[in-house]
Amino acid sequence: MRNTRGVPSSPPSHPRRHPGLVPGSTAQKYLSRELKSGPRHKAGVTEGGISGEAPAPLVTTLQQGNKLVIAAASPAARALGIIPGMAATQARALVPELDIRPADPEGDRAALRDLALRAARRWCPLVAISGEDGLFLDITGTAHLFGGEARMARGIVRLLARAGFTARLAVADTPGAAWALARYAPQLCAPAAHFDAIAPLPTAALRLEPRAIDLLKRLGVDTVGQLAALPRAPLARRFGGRLIARLDQASGRLPEPLDPVIPPEAIAVIQRFAEPIATADAIDHWLKELMPRLVTALAQAGLGARAIELVADRIDGVPQRLRIGLARPTRDAGHLLRLTLRRIEEIAPGYGIDALTLHVRRADPLGAEPFTETLEARAPDLAPLIDTLANRIGEAAVWRMAPLESDVPERALHAVPALDPPPAAERDLKASDVRRLDARAPDHPWHIRWPRPPRLLRRPELLDHVIAELPDQPPRRFTWRGETHRIVRADGPERIGGEWWKRSSERHSVRDYFQVENEAGQRFWLFRRGDGERSETGDLSWFIHGSFG
Amino acid sequence: MSSAALPSATLAHAAIVAELRESLKKVAGDGLRRRPVLPFGIGAIDGALAPGGLRLDSLHEIAAASPSPSDDAAATLFMAGIAARAWGPVLWVVRRRDLFAPGLYQAGLAPERLIYAEAADDAELLALMEEGLRHRGLGAVVGEVKRAAMPNTRRLQLAAEGGKTVALLLKRHARAASDKGGGNPLAVPSAAVTRWRIASAPSAALPIGVAGVGRAMWRVELVRQRGGESAEWTMEACDETGRLALPARLADRTDRTADGAGRAYRRAA
Repeated sequence: MRNTRGVPSSPPSHPRRHPGLVPGSTAQKYLSRELKSGPRHKAGVTEGGISGEAPAPLVTTLQQGNKLVIAAASPAARALGIIPGMAATQARALVPELDIRPADPEGDRAALRDLALRAARRWCPLVAISGEDGLFLDITGTAHLFGGEARMARGIVRLLARAGFTARLAVADTPGAAWALARYAPQLCAPAAHFDAIAPLPTAALRLEPRAIDLLKRLGVDTVGQLAALPRAPLARRFGGRLIARLDQASGRLPEPLDPVIPPEAIAVIQRFAEPIATADAIDHWLKELMPRLVTALAQAGLGARAIELVADRIDGVPQRLRIGLARPTRDAGHLLRLTLRRIEEIAPGYGIDALTLHVRRADPLGAEPFTETLEARAPDLAPLIDTLANRIGEAAVWRMAPLESDVPERALHAVPALDPPPAAERDLKASDVRRLDARAPDHPWHIRWPRPPRLLRRPELLDHVIAELPDQPPRRFTWRGETHRIVRADGPERIGGEWWKRSSERHSVRDYFQVENEAGQRFWLFRRGDGERSETGDLSWFIHGSFG
Repeated sequence: MSSAALPSATLAHAAIVAELRESLKKVAGDGLRRRPVLPFGIGAIDGALAPGGLRLDSLHEIAAASPSPSDDAAATLFMAGIAARAWGPVLWVVRRRDLFAPGLYQAGLAPERLIYAEAADDAELLALMEEGLRHRGLGAVVGEVKRAAMPNTRRLQLAAEGGKTVALLLKRHARAASDKGGGNPLAVPSAAVTRWRIASAPSAALPIGVAGVGRAMWRVELVRQRGGESAEWTMEACDETGRLALPARLADRTDRTADGAGRAYRRAA
């Protein structure tokens, strides 16, 4: 079956060859991926003898003014007569089982840029993005590395197909011709034959404005060849210089510089040694030399390191690696040095180290830091401490607790990273909002009115031999871990209902919490499953959940 | 002649003595130099403590009187109350993740101030505490260990010196088989400036005819302190700002009405 849309092209001549590479628009990338792994069912309508299992027709939509229009359609949807630009309602009327999803132009552009960066690393150094769905690759001088143009083209298409892209590709001498061929007649065009190849193509292949194409059509000019045969001077007067420029770009008379994507270069500083070093002192010394260089490089890139790696190349070829994570982007040489130096002992120098490299593995933007001089003491910066702790015991072992909206004790909190900013203050209420009548600040979710123990048992433990009156009296005595406690005082119950919106099994369940004190003054936090009246709320078993001080 | 020379000699002696005192202060340090302290705000306790409160730049050891969970909770809350009244963020190094933040919040330790770290063993825990003490940006560093030898606690004490971070070490009861202190975690020698033993006690009595648990009470025992006597009190447990209190009948009777009202409100809610 024919591919949905295509890709570029390119032509020939000795010095420069441009394969324009147009992967199927990235919306289609999305589509083709979906089609591979998404749910499949029998298409109700088949055409052209397609039978058996067919992928569900899938389209993506974009809001345009008041209506939703189709941004891209899968091959199955196109076979049913749905084309991009159609209103979504019309498409749905045509095909009721259509799978409609929102388009993501931003994501598409990011994916295309990502693809361009990969192409620049893999196939040729000069890769430019063309419009929303195409790439130009300047393969001048690189095709022979991949076994010639034909093999390279096949390889590119195959690799893209594996990644989920439908691509069409053409090779030509100029970017203009490659663009035209990729979209209208994919082929690998021989050197110097590019203009003959695009001559029979419609004038739209020249990247003209729609108005110019319309006008040319009215004048009876349909193909590039016809257009090129016309006298240039009247053409320039009638259409302006732009049309002539496009024509010349396609033919090669006018150069068309490409604006290549530049793959970001990872920041690293390296120091090689004529004589291998092996002592901690020497490593210490050179790290102190390297770190300022790394920090300078970070400052020039406007970045702060989130993870750096020290690689010590040993002469026997076994690199020693030390990875240091940072809770917050930083380029404070002193801090980075402290974190690194204290781990020097983890490096096994073996017969000696002949190069030390500091790599930035992860970095976030970090602007210039403002100097503020204030008289009052500022809150101390905890980031260095958190980094030190996290590098020692792991990031997951340093945390902070934050309240959650839940009455069930063990769900009333969750762990958050230690340096997470506190949640933003709530929005101001409107002047007429009825809640403004209550001038009190809202209670903290952990208000002392509902007492909680300082330590909670990992899971509630079942109590034995409980004697308690129904429906809502605290126990008189109970046995826990083999010890019998006689209760002299108690507070409660605090009734906590199940969260039916989270688990349907909790629809009716109830816990009645009691704070009880025994003769010795030990205070416990107990609960009973069930409210003591309705059996569906629980089985009336008793548990201990913690101890009060 | 001698009568004329005497005054000048006495004056010279006085100057020399003053000078000697100055240099002694510099050398001896302890007790003579003013150090930052965290008072309890209760005359009876602050009076018994040599510097007039808990020294901020030192290590203090706390143990529960028995391994029972209730005493353990009382010791935990005692530490949480001190940490809550300290000035800045608090680092709490644990071995098990069993602390319940709402309970600590109710002793005055807000979740925004508290950072938890989990250590794999006691040695790592002490190292993490030392790290926190040397940072100087924390108000309190709290740790829970089963065993800490003299060199370990001395390291902590040295790390705390010169800062404003109070170091609190909870000594938990070891299992009987591996216990060296004979059931008393505080028996091991330690460089801590004070050592406390906390036990829960029967709660304050409520008016006759009212059911419920009164304000929690603790038996607070100052087992040892450098430069002072040991002492023991029965106190009301931490309130929601981390403050202890003396029972009303000992302190001021008028307190009782206000406090009683607070308790009734809490029970009613």
